[in-house]
Amino acid sequence: MRADLEDAVRESNDSRPLAIEVRALVKRFNGTTAVDGVDLRVPEGAIYGILGPNGAGKTTTLRMILGIIDPDSGFRRVLGSERPHDVSHAIGYLPEERGLYPAMKAYEAIGFLGALRGVPLAKGRQRGRELLEEHGLGHLAERQIRQMSKGQAQQVQVLGTLVHEPRLVIFDEPFSGLDAINQGRLEQMIRALAAKGTTVIFSTHVIAHAERLCDEVAIIAGGRVPFAGPVDEARDRIRPQVRLETRAHEGAWRAALPADTRQEGRFWLFSLPESGVEPLLRALIEGDAGILSLSIERAGLHDAFVAIAGAAAAKALDASGEEAL
Amino acid sequence: MSESTKGGRLSLLSAALVVARRDFMAVLWSRSFIFFLVGPLFPLVVGALAGSVTNHVENSAPDYPKLGVIMQGADLDAVLTAGAALGSRMNGDLPDLAIVKRLKAGETAHPAKALAQENAAGRDMGAILSGTLAHPVLTGSREHLQDWQGPVSLLAARARTQTPAPLPEVALSPTAVAATQADTGHGRMMTAQAAQTLLFLLMMLLAGMVLSNLVEEKANKIIEVLAAAIPMDAVFLGKLFAMLAISMVGIAVWGAAGGVLHLVSGQGIQFLTAPAVGWPLFVVLGIAYFGLGYLLLGSVFLTIGSMASTVREVQTLSMPVTMAQILVFFFASYGMAREGSPVEWASIVFPFSSPFAMLGRAAIHGEIWPHLAALGWQALCVLIFVRVGAYIFRRRVMQSGAQGAVKKKRGVLEILRKA
Repeated sequence: MRADLEDAVRESNDSRPLAIEVRALVKRFNGTTAVDGVDLRVPEGAIYGILGPNGAGKTTTLRMILGIIDPDSGFRRVLGSERPHDVSHAIGYLPEERGLYPAMKAYEAIGFLGALRGVPLAKGRQRGRELLEEHGLGHLAERQIRQMSKGQAQQVQVLGTLVHEPRLVIFDEPFSGLDAINQGRLEQMIRALAAKGTTVIFSTHVIAHAERLCDEVAIIAGGRVPFAGPVDEARDRIRPQVRLETRAHEGAWRAALPADTRQEGRFWLFSLPESGVEPLLRALIEGDAGILSLSIERAGLHDAFVAIAGAAAAKALDASGEEAL
Repeated sequence: MSESTKGGRLSLLSAALVVARRDFMAVLWSRSFIFFLVGPLFPLVVGALAGSVTNHVENSAPDYPKLGVIMQGADLDAVLTAGAALGSRMNGDLPDLAIVKRLKAGETAHPAKALAQENAAGRDMGAILSGTLAHPVLTGSREHLQDWQGPVSLLAARARTQTPAPLPEVALSPTAVAATQADTGHGRMMTAQAAQTLLFLLMMLLAGMVLSNLVEEKANKIIEVLAAAIPMDAVFLGKLFAMLAISMVGIAVWGAAGGVLHLVSGQGIQFLTAPAVGWPLFVVLGIAYFGLGYLLLGSVFLTIGSMASTVREVQTLSMPVTMAQILVFFFASYGMAREGSPVEWASIVFPFSSPFAMLGRAAIHGEIWPHLAALGWQALCVLIFVRVGAYIFRRRVMQSGAQGAVKKKRGVLEILRKA
């Protein structure tokens, strides 16, 4: 029944038009395979996360999607075009290594980024002023980029990414370098974009962002994508965890606990049995275990990542997060 | 939102112009551009100052040495009279005469001793004329004797004539005498060499600027934004167009300064023979060949420079790049001096020397069609070089993640070392 539901959901997702479709993308640098057969299907209007540790191949994948570099083999289609530069006027991109011309004023920088995407310069500059005002940055409009803090310059660049009203926005590690308040603002902005129908893809090595924002994720490790799909589906890859607290510590009821049970303090932890929780409850009650509490916890994305990508990749992901901090 | 600002698809040229406009305005309004404009004027100013000093030195230099005369009274008077008559007609070849001693009858002269005494007394004497009109004797340094022997002979001959005929006035009738074929050929060769040299100097001065052009984008990490939005070909073309426009501004300013100097000094280029295609077309071709030569060299320099990650690396690359330019110039000059030889054809076909060779050809030969073919060929080469440069840039520089970072740190020197 559940499997059928999942298939139905997947079919319904698949029937949505795709903003991005890539198949079997491969990229090698000097004999090292950076991306090894990546498949992605990003539905239009989705918030899509690419999750993986540093060096996993996230940026290379995004660069191939954008046409900055060409794949050695594989297929890519972006907004219906196999040549990404043909649709670059409908794409916004914030690279991981942020940068603007230091001598430009904020509204000029936004206008220039718009001009690169086909917006007339004067119009782009005017829109730049408006965007700065709308986002509470009006006081920065006449300030040169070199006179701004790193965070301010990054906000200006984010606005420059959106000045041409793109249908697809790609952010590479957008949250790195932002303080908690600005991370929150960016999350709001991403949700607002998706609400307007814009497809948003972002790469991150911070699971919390992906978990909060994404409809779908691709987990990437070692240049491969072991999972791509809805966040819930990723979580469902591992069984929910049962947390049980009993009054009795010994008794015949112990035999009813699954084989993977481990004890953490007062609690017994184990995966939800295939047969469900009812037979277990019956055995515990009949065995007089004295149930104090029992909760079933759905797996988090981090647990799912560990299960899907492996412990080594998860360790690398955690290390990437610590580096970023 | 006031009105939609949806982006639209840019053509390659439009995308290049977006980059070119940004670069052009950024350079034009930078303080360093003033120094760039003024820099090449320094040699002109220094030259003018040096010329002024030289003139001053020449004007304040002592008079030319005189020719002292020691002769019997009548001979001496005759020599002075003849000197006055001939002096103005000999354009400075006859020195000024000065009486050292009027000899009495039977008195003998000691010219060498007299010359030493005169010079010791501060009267600048080059030589002493003594003896008689029939047998004049010139005593002095070897240098003055050689210079004055002929004029003194003329002087003595005229002084011997009792009633010399007046020197007739020669009517002058200047006219443009048709130059001989040999004269024209030689003159046009000189014009060709001058044009090639000017082209070389301008290109050497300006094309090197392109080397450091992508360092700014890489240092400021804007390159990825550009590469994502527009093709790298457009970025390369835009940067080349911008620097070409900047160089044209520079040439316009320097040309205007040269024009002012020309007006002030009254000196022109009359010393150059008119080129075979005529001056107006020659100037147009010169601008066209400069533009294409600049774009050709610039596209290669831009590619080399784009792989450099620091300004220091760019500076290291400047020397070999300058040497390469000099080699190309010599190749074109060598080819021009061997008209019709395979070397000349090679210098015409080889893209980097082609602008030099063809500009030289424009000075010597009048046909127009070879220039149209050459300009087309050079333009094609520019497009090929830009495409290849952009491809190499994407292949070698636009890598990502840790590997890309390593590549950027290694930079072009490592790449060249490997090659």
